[in-house]
Amino acid sequence: MPVSQGREASANSGDSVVRARDLHYSVSGRPIFAGVDLDIRRGSVTAIMGPSGTGKTTLLRLITGQLQADRGVVEVQGRDVARLSREDVYRMRRRMGMLFQNGALLTDLDVYENVAFPLREHTRLPERLLRHVVLAKLQAVGLRGAWQLMPAELSGGMARRVAMARAIVMDPELLIYDEPFVGLDPISLGVVGRLIRSLNDTLGLTSIVVSHDVHDLATVADYAFLLSGGKVVAAGLPGTLATDTREEVSQFMHGLPDGPVPFHYPAPDYLEQLRQLR
Amino acid sequence: MLTSLARELLQSLGNALQALGAYTIFFLRLLKEVPRALLRFSLVVEQVHNAGALSLVIIMLSGLFVGMVLGLQGFDLLERFGSEESLGSAAALGLLKELGPVVTALLFAGRAGTALASELGLMRATDQLAAMEVMAVDPIRRVVMPRFLGGVLSMPLLAAIFSMIGIFGAQLIGVQLMGVDAGQFWSQMRSAVEFDDVKEGVIKSCVFGVACSLIAVYEGYHSVPTAEGVGRATTRTVVISSVVVLLLDYMLTAAMM
Repeated sequence: MPVSQGREASANSGDSVVRARDLHYSVSGRPIFAGVDLDIRRGSVTAIMGPSGTGKTTLLRLITGQLQADRGVVEVQGRDVARLSREDVYRMRRRMGMLFQNGALLTDLDVYENVAFPLREHTRLPERLLRHVVLAKLQAVGLRGAWQLMPAELSGGMARRVAMARAIVMDPELLIYDEPFVGLDPISLGVVGRLIRSLNDTLGLTSIVVSHDVHDLATVADYAFLLSGGKVVAAGLPGTLATDTREEVSQFMHGLPDGPVPFHYPAPDYLEQLRQLR
Repeated sequence: MLTSLARELLQSLGNALQALGAYTIFFLRLLKEVPRALLRFSLVVEQVHNAGALSLVIIMLSGLFVGMVLGLQGFDLLERFGSEESLGSAAALGLLKELGPVVTALLFAGRAGTALASELGLMRATDQLAAMEVMAVDPIRRVVMPRFLGGVLSMPLLAAIFSMIGIFGAQLIGVQLMGVDAGQFWSQMRSAVEFDDVKEGVIKSCVFGVACSLIAVYEGYHSVPTAEGVGRATTRTVVISSVVVLLLDYMLTAAMM
């Protein structure tokens, strides 16, 4: 489907950039999603939260077309991702950026070349203009001075900021962050959080942030979905989710060790197991 | 017991066929990308440097020692029949037709093949290949194909260098140490070695180049994204490449007799 038609379809599907309906997905017979419905509003920073193993990263892979749902629909800009040809999936991905948990920088290229990578692959920009664009993106994340460094020379926070510069270098409409706060010190955490917000607002993006860091998401996100047991169990402003009294919501929001997500992994009777070992 | 043995045998055969099918599909996919890869030849040249130029020292050293051993053993054997002046032709034929392509391929699998497999495996384990996919860049086209072509182009060059250095090593021992007449050594070699002998070596090294490079990039690209998975892919690359090179060597030798 041509891009113009895609935009038309997007307008028809309202103000949602991403729309999932009745999403089912399982791995080796183990259900990950059992009927997920969600809408990501244009221009917003939307948080996808949930305990470990609830399929947050899987949801991102479904949105980017790296995986296909067993049942249900994922639409990006109004187009069903599962029905797109390989070329159309690649065309769709050129309009989105993704930040991986570890940055996923190309280790044989320096910072400058990492950010320039998508431009070199998809455009024929003259070197002078390419330099302007790359340095502008590095300036936006505060790492213009680090352009010559190799990925191995960067701290975790710096690597993630370089990955952010790379993710926005093609001026995407949708920016996806997979666990951007993991393993960062408080300063880097604050920097990354502020960058997510400011990039979204100044560049007019739509951002999806997958994380289980409740407190940091509260300052960044406009809206949040909480995934648990293969479904969306709560949705709303991050502040209102914190006051939700339902067990599965409050256990996650307040970090309670036991609840619907049990502390103990399913196990046989303790005494019985001890007897068997004897 | 016999039934279970037969079942296991059938299962192994099925697995081997499945692997062969997967290799064939992957190879066909690579072949489809050849014209596009040639358009970005600088990427291929970079990989010729990585797979070829960086293997030069080990190839030259090995070639020298293999040639020297060939000189010693050849001299010892030929002296018994009073024809030590044939050492040049024996060494050249042995190196050009057999030892050059085979030993180079085995060394290539151990140095460049493992490097290719572990590099691709680590790229998968650290999400670099997934990041490329999300950036709408086909990793097969951008990463795998230049490495495959780099390996394919490097192998005949490395085999030629191996054979040249090997002949020099045989000359060093035969002529300089054992006293074989230099004129006899070179003239016998020139009269004994024909174009078909050189062609046989070139064909073998090209085929081994395709096989070793394919095995390395396939194993690396499909490795399980863990430390153990990358290690296993590297080991499999060496083992499979070595067996396939020896098998192909027999088949090609028989076919070109």
